[in-house]
Amino acid sequence: MHRRLMAAAVAALGMTAMACGGTTNTPTTPAAPITIGVSISQSGDFSGDGKALKQGYDLWAQDVNKAGGLNGHQVTMKYVDDASSTQQVVTNYQNLITTDKVALVFGPFSSLLTIPASTVVDRYGYAFPEPAGGGPHVFDRGLKSVFFVQPAAVEDNLVSYTKWLLALPSGQRPASAAYATQDDPFTQPQVDKAKSLLEAGGIKTAYYKVYPAETTDFTPLALAVASSKADAVILGTQLPDAVAFAKTFIQQHYNPKTLIETTGPDQGAQFSDKLGANTDGIMVPAGWTADAKAYGNDKFVTEFIAAYGGTAADISADAAEAYSVGQVVDQATKKANSIDNQKLIDTLHSGTYNTIQGPMSFDSTGKPQGGVGVYIEQWQSGKAIFVYPTTVAAAKPEYPKNNWQ
Amino acid sequence: MTLVLEAAVLGVLTGGVYALMASGLTLIFGVMRIINVGHGALVVLGAYLSFAASRSLGLDPFLTLVITMPVMFLLGVVIQTIFIRPLRTDREALSVLVTYALALGIEGLLGYFFSANYVQLKAWYDTASFPIGGFRITYVYVFGFVLCLGILGVMFLVLYRTTFGASIRATMLNRTAAQLIGIDVDRVSAVAFGIGMATAAAGGVVFGITTAFNPGSHYDLISRLLTIIVLGGLGSLRGAIVAALIMLVSEDITAVVISPVWATFVFFVILVAVLLVRPQGLYGVRVRDRL
Repeated sequence: MHRRLMAAAVAALGMTAMACGGTTNTPTTPAAPITIGVSISQSGDFSGDGKALKQGYDLWAQDVNKAGGLNGHQVTMKYVDDASSTQQVVTNYQNLITTDKVALVFGPFSSLLTIPASTVVDRYGYAFPEPAGGGPHVFDRGLKSVFFVQPAAVEDNLVSYTKWLLALPSGQRPASAAYATQDDPFTQPQVDKAKSLLEAGGIKTAYYKVYPAETTDFTPLALAVASSKADAVILGTQLPDAVAFAKTFIQQHYNPKTLIETTGPDQGAQFSDKLGANTDGIMVPAGWTADAKAYGNDKFVTEFIAAYGGTAADISADAAEAYSVGQVVDQATKKANSIDNQKLIDTLHSGTYNTIQGPMSFDSTGKPQGGVGVYIEQWQSGKAIFVYPTTVAAAKPEYPKNNWQ
Repeated sequence: MTLVLEAAVLGVLTGGVYALMASGLTLIFGVMRIINVGHGALVVLGAYLSFAASRSLGLDPFLTLVITMPVMFLLGVVIQTIFIRPLRTDREALSVLVTYALALGIEGLLGYFFSANYVQLKAWYDTASFPIGGFRITYVYVFGFVLCLGILGVMFLVLYRTTFGASIRATMLNRTAAQLIGIDVDRVSAVAFGIGMATAAAGGVVFGITTAFNPGSHYDLISRLLTIIVLGGLGSLRGAIVAALIMLVSEDITAVVISPVWATFVFFVILVAVLLVRPQGLYGVRVRDRL
């Protein structure tokens, strides 16, 4: 009788241990495989960024599966093309959730697509961790399911840059600045905030224009910026306009003391192979660099090069941001011991999560909090490197920027 | 004032490139009565072919036209024979679907072979410029404009000084009547589609030097090309040239004087005003009659 009681007690303890498997990261019984759905821009304006996002997500899925799965579930990624369309992205998430019945969804590229997508994802009670939708309107609707996995909200992207400019000795500080930005929820808020900060700091606005996102001929705009003869040029761009503005400045022999573009210079070889040595001195706000010593970054860079070829300089920040989304979700599901969407939403609103972009946490609307902030990266001798703040800088900022070659 | 003049000169130079791209589109409409919404994708295809030839053979982008224009011409003949010729009824409506499918197919193939990354053709003159008056003009725009003048000049010569050009003009005037007098309209259509694609290749090379592009770049392009040929008059070569110049000059001046936001609006005001007075476009009826 005594032995039977002992055996029952041992069995009960064993079952309890199994039931509480959450304290260990890998359940003893393999959990069912799951699918994570993503709407990716495989065509249209964002197809370059879409490709990088997919690379980042795929690399994370491969890593998490090797490590035993997402809270024990092997992961399959399902991608559907949204053609960079705000209508198609909504249809895609609706289909992924209701028809494909995916377990989780990750975000698309850009604030433009994240804003309509997040509304429908929220309606179905899904968590929406996303890598590239950080415009103010993503957060000001008060959705609880959105989590922007970047070090700072988009409108703060150029704050470091303005701090650096305003900290320059008064004799060196630019007297005037020219601004041009796409009419886009990602680019315009950051340029507008930079403009207000620099104006408050005494830097005169020589030119300010917003241009439609569908603009294809940027030359007249670039001519107008060049004719302002401003000392500083701050542009709200994607890759094609980032290159087009720089080329027109070169053609016009216009050499501002400093030139920063919101996106484009962070795209590695995609940017440098179009401008060659003339990338030198161009700046970009960046939360990630291949050299950063953040959590898992070395592994990410090594694996990325092994999987897709090229060099560390070729890796787009978009891929790093997508990979970070997976890292955050991986840690949150372990913490919640569940892949249930509501539990994931509740969990993500507390705690800090380590990513290759640094540690980050989220406020009640999913805006990143207390992160490391966005740094300034500058192209120097064919490489994009952190130059500000000094705590992370690998070199001094080149200022004034060298003349075009 | 210098800036306005600079924008006007730029508008004329880039207008020439758009005229070249739109000329193929309007010729195809004139001969076959089809709306080729895949024409933007053909321009992008031309740019990619030049990109590949330039990279693999080390050729200057403009020199690649020696290869890409004949290739695109032959491809055009094949595409017309396989996809367009079978459309016997309701050509205008069905052609939109067929050519859109063609555009998506080309975009998919380009994405497969070249990836979705942005690329750009490189040449020594893509950032080189020379001073004139109070401003600078970039060589690439001048070279592009000269190329456009040359190709459009050859097209006019073929259309107005050769027997085959007369066949094309007769088919544009009245397809049935042309058949009745013994013109092989299927052959004329195939060659006209080929010429349209060859001009797309020429336009594509200038587009590819001045713009970073990827397989999806054709969407913005086709909307502009279609509005150009509507303003100029569907099927009118002269109209396409004049309309392209009006579009680019008005947009560029508006962009620098008022705002880029109003640039397209100003062009559409001109378009609507012209269509109210001449619903057939600037040269619609007259050129069709004369051609």
